Amino acid sequence: MSTATVSHHYSSTGLDNRKIAIWAFIGSECMLFVSLISTYLIYKDRSVVGPYPHTPWTDPSTGHVYHAILNIPVTSASTFILLMSSLAMVLALSAVENKGKPQRNLGERILGNSKLWLFMTALLGLGFLGCQAYEFTSFVNEGLTIKTNLFGSTFFTLTGFHGAHVTAGVIWILSMLFIDIKRGLGPSDALNVDIMALYWHFVDVVWVAIFTLVYLIR
Amino acid sequence: MDHSNEADVVAADEHGAGSEHTGPGWSVYWKVAVVLTLITIGEVWVYYIPAFVASRLFLPTLLTMSAVKFVIVVMFYMHLKYDHKLFRTLFTGPLIVATATLFALLFLFGHLRLGHGG
Amino acid sequence: MATTVIETTPPHLKPFVPSPVPATVQTYGSSIWGWITTTDHKKIGTLYLFTALFFFLIGGIEAEIIRAQLGGPNRHLVSAETYNQIFTMHGTTMIFLAIMPLSAAFFNFVIPLQIGARDVAFPRLNAFSYWIYLLGGLFISIPILFGHAPNAGWFGYAPLTTKAYSPGVNVDFWVVGLQILGISSLAAGFNFITTIINLRSPGMSLMRMPVFTWMAFIVQFMIVLAFPVITVALFFLLMDRFFGTQFYEVASGGDPLLWQHLFWIFGHPEVYILVLPAFGLVSEVVPTFSKKPLFGYPVMVYSGILIGFLGFGVWAHHMFAVGMGPIADSVFGVTTMLIAIPTGVKIFNWIGTIAQGQFKATSASLFAVGLVCLFTIGGISGVMHSSPPADLQQTDSYFIVAHFHYVLFGGSIMGIFAGIYFYFPKMFGRIMDEKLGKAHFWLTFVAMNLTFFPMHFSGMLGMPRRIYTYDAGQGWDAFNQTSTWGAYLLFVASLIFMYNFFKSLKSGRPAGPNPWGAGTLEWTIPSPPPPYNFAALPNVTSRYPLWEGKQADIDSARINQQGGKSAEELGIVLPYNTVKPALSALFLVLMFSGLIVGHWLIFAGAAAMVLALYAWLTSPLEPEHH
Repeated sequence: MSTATVSHHYSSTGLDNRKIAIWAFIGSECMLFVSLISTYLIYKDRSVVGPYPHTPWTDPSTGHVYHAILNIPVTSASTFILLMSSLAMVLALSAVENKGKPQRNLGERILGNSKLWLFMTALLGLGFLGCQAYEFTSFVNEGLTIKTNLFGSTFFTLTGFHGAHVTAGVIWILSMLFIDIKRGLGPSDALNVDIMALYWHFVDVVWVAIFTLVYLIR
Repeated sequence: MDHSNEADVVAADEHGAGSEHTGPGWSVYWKVAVVLTLITIGEVWVYYIPAFVASRLFLPTLLTMSAVKFVIVVMFYMHLKYDHKLFRTLFTGPLIVATATLFALLFLFGHLRLGHGG
Repeated sequence: MATTVIETTPPHLKPFVPSPVPATVQTYGSSIWGWITTTDHKKIGTLYLFTALFFFLIGGIEAEIIRAQLGGPNRHLVSAETYNQIFTMHGTTMIFLAIMPLSAAFFNFVIPLQIGARDVAFPRLNAFSYWIYLLGGLFISIPILFGHAPNAGWFGYAPLTTKAYSPGVNVDFWVVGLQILGISSLAAGFNFITTIINLRSPGMSLMRMPVFTWMAFIVQFMIVLAFPVITVALFFLLMDRFFGTQFYEVASGGDPLLWQHLFWIFGHPEVYILVLPAFGLVSEVVPTFSKKPLFGYPVMVYSGILIGFLGFGVWAHHMFAVGMGPIADSVFGVTTMLIAIPTGVKIFNWIGTIAQGQFKATSASLFAVGLVCLFTIGGISGVMHSSPPADLQQTDSYFIVAHFHYVLFGGSIMGIFAGIYFYFPKMFGRIMDEKLGKAHFWLTFVAMNLTFFPMHFSGMLGMPRRIYTYDAGQGWDAFNQTSTWGAYLLFVASLIFMYNFFKSLKSGRPAGPNPWGAGTLEWTIPSPPPPYNFAALPNVTSRYPLWEGKQADIDSARINQQGGKSAEELGIVLPYNTVKPALSALFLVLMFSGLIVGHWLIFAGAAAMVLALYAWLTSPLEPEHH
């Protein structure tokens, strides 16, 4: 019947406790991010001083001209990177689920390499974080900090919460990769990888909303 | 004796865990990735068309595009389409409450143009 | 095995014969370390109960100080500043440290037993929730001993709570303390949602679950959806106070209403979180002592679900006086009126149950009936507030104070007392003294009305909330005096209860599995239950297995009632005891304390917590078994 690990316990639904819990958690996180996003949108265009996201601003006291702060090309790239990390994640899960099945050609061997895809997910996640780090430091250098105005406070808090979630996800993925390297992951670990994947995709999906609502909508 | 009831009952094993036998496969995954990429390119593209940005279509278009991305990631990558109905309920309930709250707040702070909020 | 007789008369209509009583009463025994490392939901529930009763007493003392100060005009028992701390802590303590954890005590103890489970889905997370509550409760309560208690109301409106207007450390304790306490509730929410969905015994469909478990289920969803919002609101305030952000800074364009909206989006569901568990308890007590199943079970369930959803759509009725405009006022007025319907429906269901049954007055059932009466009064004043123009007079006056004490004391507390008298035998194997219990009830019922009914009048005559004193001759004196005497009597009543509680723990009459003749699964096992709860997971065929159950239910009950066998003898594996949840909780609280103590502690606490979490996540819940 069921092999080694956990959860061959009785359950009313035939589903695993942890999968139910992660979906409940994701539902809760919807409210968390909606509160943050709502505040950002409420305060849109209400900052008394600049810099502003989409329009330039001249500081009346110093005469310094601040250009529109947001960098769409870089953020478009980071959005793409995060989306691709979801693809890598999905392939990692698939590889873990199908471990042990025959791999008939190079393509299937590549697709079935869980370590590769876990590594790629983490790498792409780190790539996203790198873009965020670059973005944040350049904003600070250009005069926008979390304290500067409503835009700074809401922007950095919203993207900061999201970035913290991504960071936690990357740590999770790297831990999973470490286990894969140490003892190998197989079908009996599929549930654990699935839960991690659900968390990761959710974090990606939140970014889809943020990218549109913060960066693209003026 | 304590397991005698449990033996008759569905035990949670890997069948519940993933969607290996009913889930999407590689072909769905890469297609979704392509769609996500194309939509993202589309979103950024229209961002750089000033006439479109100024028009009344800009907001609905962008919102629709990101909604589509949201839905396909949730349905296919998070395989909500293939999983037990319970997960769909667990997710859509909170999503409805969250979305309603978002719209209510936007209205209350005067950001929706139907009547004024404040 | 003895021959089994198939019952033909519905058991609940037969004369009540108490179940056999064991010779000795099982106690939990075990050392302090045993309690610190427990992952058993029954012990965790007991911990919640004792801790929450302690904080209830603290909140009660704070109330007595308030009433002593307000007993007559121009008193100066306490300074205005102290008064602000006292009423802030009274509200904060009662809501977050007393009522919610009292409900949690029942969630913990009763839910697994009602659904036929051996424990909750995540036993260690369950322990973690308790330790966070205890440590967070101490964190937010201890400052009052040094005169630094939170002092800006339990609802902490910004901009008043920003650094500019509240420069002291008081509000820091409030913001950080509530943030900590929220984690406890959230974790428990995920735990119970999973438990109720996934650990129901065979045959227990959702519509066969006891109503208490249903109400608890709805409450958990409300918690996991409402608490993130206050987490964000508190985070903004924390960032403003500690790191200079602009969220609540009006001069920077910040909106003074942002806090209020975010807070009440949490705050309104919170009041249903406070009352639904009491409704659930009453829904167990009333049928038991009416000897008939609850009238209109599906309606009770659906109305609860409706309250759960609608509860998220009424919040701005706390803000009718801020000037939101006619559309907002009208919409929230209507939704508030609408929510009165599913709430009111429940009252009729309880009345219907009593009317069609053979009611027996016991301490538990009297408190249940008390809820039905007093919550109705609170509901009526609530509906009065739902009209924005009417509320313009009522808001911020003692009329509101009357309303919410009728629903919170007359509702939540009465229901909780009913639950305590009802479940005390199951938890401790002894029955509370009925005479003292009835004295407690009558004194409470009378004193409660003496205390809070006059507030309707002083409120209507214009007495504002949160004032520390008032001048004579405004027509408020007699009402305040009455309230104060009522409050003193309430305190005496509570002392009677405390005396009864502790006396019965030591020497109460021993109880068997089902001292009340109730019908649900928790009454099929010994009192107190063995660590594994059920020797054999019951096969459920009805909502009241002991009343309406088929042969299978009766057989299960017979097996499970016997007790006396250990887990090993039955081949049941139980989770390890572990200190990791308590340690993780401690380090988390230390990490948060670093915001006030010094930033080095944030990092030290975080590092220690990560290590403790890592140890927790990589160690098995229970011994290997197949």
